[in-house]
Amino acid sequence: MNSFSHLDTLESESIHIMREVASACRNPALLFSGGKDSIVMLRLAEKAFRPCKFPFPLVHIDTEHNFPEVIETRDRLAASLGERLIVRSLEDSIRRGSIVIRNPDLPRNPFQSVTLLETIAEFGFDACMGGARRDEEKARAKERIFSFRDEFGQWDPKNQRPELWDIYNTRVHQGENIRVFPISNWTELDIWQYIEREKLHIPSIYYAHRREVIRRGNSVMPVSDLVRPKAGEKIEVLSVRFRTVGDMTCTAPVESEAISIKEIIEETAASRITERGATRMDDQTSEASMELRKKEGYF
Amino acid sequence: MSNTTQLLRFITAGSVDDGKSTLIGRLLFDAKSIFEDQLSAISITSKRRGMASIDLSLLTDGLHAEREQGITIDVAYRYFATPRRKFIIGDTPGHEQYTRNMVTAASTANLVIILVDARRGVLVQTRRHTYLASLVGIPHIVLAVNKMDLVEYSEARFEEIRAEYLAFAAQLGLHNVTCIPLSALEGDMLVERGESLYWYHGPTLMELLENIEIDHDVNTQDFRYPVQWICRPQTDEHHDFRGFMGRIESGKVSVGDPITVLPSGKTSHVLEISTYDGKLDTAHAPQSIAIRLTDEIDISRGDMLVKSDNLPSVSMEFEAMLCWLSETPLDRNRKYLVKHTTRTVKCLFTRIDYRIDVNTLERHANPDVNMNDIVHAGIRVQQPLAFDSYLKNRASGSFIVIDEATNNTVAAGMIAG
Repeated sequence: MNSFSHLDTLESESIHIMREVASACRNPALLFSGGKDSIVMLRLAEKAFRPCKFPFPLVHIDTEHNFPEVIETRDRLAASLGERLIVRSLEDSIRRGSIVIRNPDLPRNPFQSVTLLETIAEFGFDACMGGARRDEEKARAKERIFSFRDEFGQWDPKNQRPELWDIYNTRVHQGENIRVFPISNWTELDIWQYIEREKLHIPSIYYAHRREVIRRGNSVMPVSDLVRPKAGEKIEVLSVRFRTVGDMTCTAPVESEAISIKEIIEETAASRITERGATRMDDQTSEASMELRKKEGYF
Repeated sequence: MSNTTQLLRFITAGSVDDGKSTLIGRLLFDAKSIFEDQLSAISITSKRRGMASIDLSLLTDGLHAEREQGITIDVAYRYFATPRRKFIIGDTPGHEQYTRNMVTAASTANLVIILVDARRGVLVQTRRHTYLASLVGIPHIVLAVNKMDLVEYSEARFEEIRAEYLAFAAQLGLHNVTCIPLSALEGDMLVERGESLYWYHGPTLMELLENIEIDHDVNTQDFRYPVQWICRPQTDEHHDFRGFMGRIESGKVSVGDPITVLPSGKTSHVLEISTYDGKLDTAHAPQSIAIRLTDEIDISRGDMLVKSDNLPSVSMEFEAMLCWLSETPLDRNRKYLVKHTTRTVKCLFTRIDYRIDVNTLERHANPDVNMNDIVHAGIRVQQPLAFDSYLKNRASGSFIVIDEATNNTVAAGMIAG
């Protein structure tokens, strides 16, 4: 019994959740972006369902603001697993007119929910599994593993189903939908330890590399086609790594020399700043911004 | 932290007045699990609200919806780790809906910390929390006698509270209780021992959390394996593979064991136990695995595999304690759904025998059943279930009740016997 570690416990819990979704939901999907949390989700799905195929497709809602290394990992992993990958782009929604943006270079996370809801409707998904964790943010800390959404994809924090033991209520009415978070109870450190244990391949930008950046406020922003220096800002080359990989216009790297998972784990264990606090400019704008986005149908 | 640290889930019971938030805040702070950006966010809020020092309770409260509507959401989960263990705290705020909130958080907990104020001693709410902990069968109970600094760190006062509490706990059949004197404000006996409680020789709260034996919190005797999903790849490589996938809820299983499938009663033997990482000779709770049997027998999701020499009850009728969670009262004329392990069946409540007053433990006959009520009920289900008493086996003795009209989870059930 002593050999059953916290990672084994978390892994078994996540496998159990995924199998419940596969059995009890009519038409589920697994959201997969190519980031580290969703790479862990894929390994968990392999553990849950092999030697069978996954009983659901992988779905990516592409902002077209992604780091190329992440998209490359996404496509390569889906292909090597032989699983079906559905990609829907915010550009499709913009062309349809369901998303109206004033400046194509501004962060697009707020609009992801529109394309996600359109994709759910297109395929008739009744359950979408995502790699969100409760340690990321305090709205998430209060969300269920099986999080029920109404026809508009809205999360109603005061009207959540009680979740007892690990008996999950998977029932939805036609047109409604659940979001399921199999790695709710994992922390950032657990994710890195699992990546190390399972020898998972992650996009290269998670490791320290030299990159052109601009200092903005307390953060450094990566220079790209979307992020150019403003007047008075100067480009520096620093050794950095990313703790999260989202929209390039609002995802900041941290200064680091960590070139191995072991070194990343050491830095993570010693870190005094939360993952989102360090890296997500859009979450810092208001204390309640994640909660508001979730209510609009965001993960 | 190494890869072999264990996971311990605990909850805290007590009101803000007992120093609950301060205790959690200090555990997190001393374990270096409060991050600088979280600390700066709550210090800004503390200042805005005119507080002189940082209010650590702000760490745990505070969705916009909660502040705006003056409500509290039942459970928030928080995480911290020490070199020895990883911890999940189920934090249940406030007094309102306490029964419902505590039962929800307690259902997955290894341990509960029940807080009392050393000046006030064992109160009605202390008894209520303890009763609920016993009802939900939390394996370990810690009585934290807080604010010892306000009773001059008196050993006599601690012993008085301890004796009164242990007598009450014994009435409920609880013997797994540890009592710790502490001061969350001063930090005595949480992580550091301090010097004021020199007469106390037991563990600090953190030592207890890090070392308490939890291997036997799950039932290790009775093999119970609810089938979740059936894997039939039908590829050339895995032509005959038919794997019954699930998680071992209790006990263990080995290749060759004689197996009975419930409720059908058909028998076979374990041919193979496999995981993604390879084949196993023996597997135990709470591993998620796939099992193949030696015979082709009809098995579907919701069936339970058990060892043929260790059978649970199989019946369409049973008695249970129910905790009603819904704002809509129980309607005895309606059918509901019971989800028990991986099986969902229709049910009727044939009797509601009595309601327990959680403050006095008195029984009230023939009650209505409203939110937060704990009742003893007779239940009939449409198809047989394979179950154990909750006391013996948390996993095969628990169920939820779902209202088919709304799909809401309306009750938590614990099978009696």
